[in-house]
Amino acid sequence: MHKEFLMGNEAIALGAIAAGVNLISGYPGTPSTEVLETAAKRKQKDTYVEWSVNEKTAMEVAAGAAYSGARSMVTMKQVGLNVASDPLMSLEYIGVKGGMVVLVADDPGPISSQTEQDTRHFAYFSKLPCFDPSSAQEAYEMVQEAFDYSEKYETPVFLRPTTRVCHGYASVTVKDTDEYTLHKPGGFLKDPARWVIFPRLSFQNHKKIEDRNIKLSEDFSSYKRNKIICPSTAPEASDITPKGSFARKGIATGGISFTYVSETLKNTGSIPVLKIATPHPFPENLALQFLEGLDEVLCLEELDPVIEKELICICGKYHLPVKIYGKLTHHVKNAGENTRDSVYQDIGNFFKDTCKEITLKASPDSLPELPIRPPVLCAGCPHRASFYAVKAAMKGKKTIFCGDIGCYTLGNAMPLDMVDTCLCMGAGLGIAQGVGRIEPDTRCFAFVGDSTFFASAITGVINAVYNQADMTLIILDNSTTAMTGHQPHPGTGQTMMGGITDKVDIEAVLRGIGLRTVETVDPLELEAAVNCVKKTAEEPGVKAIIFRSPCIAVIKPDKAMHVLPDKCILCKKCIRELGCPALTITGEKVNIEPSLCTGCTLCGQLCQTGAIVNGKVGDDNE
Amino acid sequence: MIMNKNIILCGVGGQGTILASKLIAAAAMDNGFPVMSAETIGMAQRGGSVFSHVRYGYGLHSPMIAHGEADIILGFEPGETVRMLPFLAKNGTVVTSSRAVMPVTATLTGSSYNGGEMIAYLRSHVKKLFIINPEKACKEIGSKKVLNTLLLGAAALSGALGFSEEDMKKAVKSRLPERFHELNLRALEYVRTHSE
Repeated sequence: MHKEFLMGNEAIALGAIAAGVNLISGYPGTPSTEVLETAAKRKQKDTYVEWSVNEKTAMEVAAGAAYSGARSMVTMKQVGLNVASDPLMSLEYIGVKGGMVVLVADDPGPISSQTEQDTRHFAYFSKLPCFDPSSAQEAYEMVQEAFDYSEKYETPVFLRPTTRVCHGYASVTVKDTDEYTLHKPGGFLKDPARWVIFPRLSFQNHKKIEDRNIKLSEDFSSYKRNKIICPSTAPEASDITPKGSFARKGIATGGISFTYVSETLKNTGSIPVLKIATPHPFPENLALQFLEGLDEVLCLEELDPVIEKELICICGKYHLPVKIYGKLTHHVKNAGENTRDSVYQDIGNFFKDTCKEITLKASPDSLPELPIRPPVLCAGCPHRASFYAVKAAMKGKKTIFCGDIGCYTLGNAMPLDMVDTCLCMGAGLGIAQGVGRIEPDTRCFAFVGDSTFFASAITGVINAVYNQADMTLIILDNSTTAMTGHQPHPGTGQTMMGGITDKVDIEAVLRGIGLRTVETVDPLELEAAVNCVKKTAEEPGVKAIIFRSPCIAVIKPDKAMHVLPDKCILCKKCIRELGCPALTITGEKVNIEPSLCTGCTLCGQLCQTGAIVNGKVGDDNE
Repeated sequence: MIMNKNIILCGVGGQGTILASKLIAAAAMDNGFPVMSAETIGMAQRGGSVFSHVRYGYGLHSPMIAHGEADIILGFEPGETVRMLPFLAKNGTVVTSSRAVMPVTATLTGSSYNGGEMIAYLRSHVKKLFIINPEKACKEIGSKKVLNTLLLGAAALSGALGFSEEDMKKAVKSRLPERFHELNLRALEYVRTHSE
């Protein structure tokens, strides 16, 4: 054993490696991405790691490995699970041979996601066991235990960390290489009665799954990470000490909220806490033991009231006279992430009537008005140029710009204002087609990034061609998966095993589907880009423009741009139309911040007086 | 006595807060403390408001810091420093860069934000305040990319980190590639050797 300072996601990857994982597949998505990246960096010799083309494929690849007796893990964010839910729902009926961990990172807040969906609910829906770690250390150990449970019960299992566990760092005690489990896959054994799903098999297995989950619930009641904790009594330091013979109260919690509860109760008298590490199947016996002798329980959890509903259900089933408080009773907010402060406040309110006065932390003095600072496209980002070209070309025309998921969602911000819709990965294509059916006089555009194109837009293109839609597909090809930190994808020719492979050619894919017009243009050549859009958008049917220019975060910047003060007439066109973070007004001068500017030259091409030029040698702006 | 420290770093995505928090964590670990930290990852990294929480010492359960608990706020941008003030402990220290980073929205709306009002607010509300002018310092050090080690040097000098400039230097040497050592060591020393 030794200690390493690890992010939760890194700890999960190392835990899986220590458990002898043979294959890891996944699709990038915040906050899950670093699990697979770390696995690729730290893997053992025979471990196979891949970024799959999307979550559904990743799930199937991991399932195939587990069918073959391998230990496999598949990684994704919570909305990725929606994409992978088709194979997963059926997989639960089929089961696995080698251990299979489905790592799904939830994102309370949400901080970087479209939804606040709760994978614990998905566990209930799909009937999979679910492990919910509260810290990096626990996640490290839990993933190893999850493999054991998966193999013991021949089912895939969820490991469901949340953003603060995924991205929180801690000094984690981890195994040395010689302590790792060595898992040798037995290979795939043909057995149609086991591996081929049919209604009759599903019926039989459904019964088995329900019985198994009852057994698992009993098993989980003695799983060491599910526990009842009575914080040690330290009355003199206590904020919250019950006085007199009032209601007997307890707190039920899990995940990162458990650590917030522990911080709050650090110096507190004995208040029983139920920590739930396996929200499904719920450890009923342990919960019963906790509820016995209590009058009121406060549930502190993020996203859906999963623990709360389970406790209410147990109270109903066993006729227990315990009041369960939480989101359903409006004692706790029902959306957004918990914080140290919100949990402190909730616990304070819960004990308000029965404890000596507790001082909730005073809200600070009112702060001065702070600048709003939303995320923006980077200075020099080629997406800005692409959006600008389409906007300029379509000026005055009735249009809809359907956006998609990636950095380019940020094209919605002023002054570009070029994202009219954004729903989920690949949805822009279908939405553009639907709008076009109802509003035939609208020029419909769908914008999609290169990684998203491969992940989930190709079927949308085929649908458009097959059904003779009239639309323009814009592919923003920066040759990487930028938003999640520059992962390779089928168009990059690189794999996570370090190998070089044939690039899947976007243009050839589109032509193969049947598009007659596929133009490729560099968006940083403004005039050519605008003309290309003008010409292409006028053609009938489905046509595509590939705007190809690399993400500025992975290439060496050019010389910064530079404003010639005697030529600048202060029209501020560059500032008003581009929204580039490198362009600012200082005093009465347009200034280009040299540490941000990448020399993309877009502002120079836009300037009507030729006042913006590349920096010169010896100049400050070089 | 049990020592534990709560440190908040904040700024604008791309300014180098994450590296600074990693260096503090490294110095704390080198001094034998258990460390926890949390940081902004994802969309906000694209020029949005970002923060890191770093905690070290004993009896800690969560990587997150509560309001009123931070021993020190290390601000890379004056507006972002003010945004984090609710986290500052009563006698907490603030080390901040005085240089404002204009949000695109402010540039577009012609807002007059320049950070001056933020510095004024900090002066009237924070007793232990260290203001660093990075423009002058970076010019003298010879790089625009040393804001993080410049602020770390000031933080070490304030005493609020619980370890010294030497400890930070060790962390720089052991965690950064050698070609960056000289610049960053100079940045760490800068505030001590140039305090007015």
